[in-house]
Amino acid sequence: VHITKDLVAASATPLVLGILAEEESYGYAILKQVSELSGGRLEWTDGLLYPLLHRLERLGYVESTWRRPAGGRRRKYYRITDHGKAELASQQAQWTTVVDALRGIWRATRSAGTIAPPALEADQ
Amino acid sequence: VNADDDTDLEDQIAAWRAYMRRRRELDDTDGEELEDHLRGQITDLTEAGLRTDESFLIAVKRMGSFDELSREFAREHSERLWKQLVLAAEPDTPATSTSRSELLVMIGWALAAAVAIKVPAAFGLDFLSDDASFYQRNLALFALAPLAGYFAWRRRVRTGVIGTLAELFALGAIGANAFPLAVDSQSHVLTAIHLPLALWLVVGLAYVDGDWRSGRRRMDFIRFTGEWFIYFVLIALGGGVLTAFTVGIFDSIGIDALPFVENWLLPCGAMAAVVVSAWLVEAKQSVIENMAPVLTRVFTPLFAVALLAFLAGFLWTSVGIDVERDVLIVFDLLLVVVLGLLLYAISARDPAAKPDLFDRLQLALVVSALMLDIIVLLAIASRITEWGFTPNRSAALGENIILLTNLAWSAWLLLGFVRGRASFVKLERWQTGYVAVYAVWAWTVVLVFPPVFNFA
Repeated sequence: VHITKDLVAASATPLVLGILAEEESYGYAILKQVSELSGGRLEWTDGLLYPLLHRLERLGYVESTWRRPAGGRRRKYYRITDHGKAELASQQAQWTTVVDALRGIWRATRSAGTIAPPALEADQ
Repeated sequence: VNADDDTDLEDQIAAWRAYMRRRRELDDTDGEELEDHLRGQITDLTEAGLRTDESFLIAVKRMGSFDELSREFAREHSERLWKQLVLAAEPDTPATSTSRSELLVMIGWALAAAVAIKVPAAFGLDFLSDDASFYQRNLALFALAPLAGYFAWRRRVRTGVIGTLAELFALGAIGANAFPLAVDSQSHVLTAIHLPLALWLVVGLAYVDGDWRSGRRRMDFIRFTGEWFIYFVLIALGGGVLTAFTVGIFDSIGIDALPFVENWLLPCGAMAAVVVSAWLVEAKQSVIENMAPVLTRVFTPLFAVALLAFLAGFLWTSVGIDVERDVLIVFDLLLVVVLGLLLYAISARDPAAKPDLFDRLQLALVVSALMLDIIVLLAIASRITEWGFTPNRSAALGENIILLTNLAWSAWLLLGFVRGRASFVKLERWQTGYVAVYAVWAWTVVLVFPPVFNFA
């Protein structure tokens, strides 16, 4: 399935916050995890993760520190804040509501056996 | 992976970083973060069996296009699109020690200027009472000597040039103080006006590192003068606001801050601002577009229209100009403004560019100013012998002739240029060469006029 740009953009924040809620991480590792979680189907342009991370930092959802692993290059790590956790909870609630509503409507249309909109069929 | 591949990869990554550095939206730490990402991706891809150069290409491709990246970064960091005058260095990058020491030296000279203006007060010369005339005559010395010192230090000028600078400032001190000038005499006022001009050109000697024969360096000093003036006015406006608030809030608790403002804040602040403005111009000259040429662009057409309208009105009403005693001074000032507009348009122009509409507008401006001035001179010619040659009138007339000569020849060169017969460089050379005339004239008024006119 191809996931549209709008949907990718909308899901980016909860995905990143969700990953950071597990443990602190850095850019490339976050992206790898997104790829693994979606089975490689959620395609991001790598570079665009960073403006997003900076925006989340400005909003106070995450905080960052530069650290240098022994013998390695300097790397920027991101950690979720309490404010970010609250935002994640709110996003979860929103997504659950949307997904539930979509499930409901799809079950209804299927059981009624009416003609499904062609756009939806093409996507299935 | 062999060593050769590794150096190749390092070169490629370095080139990629260099390319990114050209994007203003991405700062250096962003570049470091993205490079870390790129390296992570390359490592994974090579471990999966790809060659390093293949991995590099794929990693760069996945990173996304620079345009897209810049756009997204710009949306998040819009402040970066506004060039900041680098007062403190960018966060996360250590300030270079040279800019830090430069700042300290500037503060040193500004402080010296602020202290120097208060030194005469220690010898009982009060700023506000009868001794005001001393300050009026010597203000330029207090203001410009530290500035010349700052540039002498900054340019590391030769000892010989420092000697010349010291001599010229000493000469200025003599011109300001050696003659027995009464406070209400015309010569006193003329000295107070012309000494700053004379000494400003001495500062120019320090600015160009003693290389005063070079036309290009003179043009640099002209550019500097315009920018310095704008910064000084801006700082003065800020100082005015500060003063108003200081007086206002202290007044509310029953303390009169006015004496402090008049005796300390205003004189010391103004003297320090002279050096600070110069430092600002130096610090930002390659960072921000020069303001003076922009103002010139805006006001050249407006002044041209105003002068042409005035000429038309003059012909229409045929009343004739009301020739009063001070009319020459007003027209001197008008010529100065027109000359300034011409000068700062020249200072920003690409000498190789073809003549365009703006050059024609400028020609119209200069020609209409010249016509106006000639009308005034004709009207005044018969009266001037009747009034007699006082210092004021002689100075005003001399300046008028100097400016008229400059503008008349400029108009001729400009006409040649607009018609494609002469190169623009000639006009530039004429203007930079003419600076010497201003210097000679200013010193003449300061040093020769008082004895000639019996200190009137």
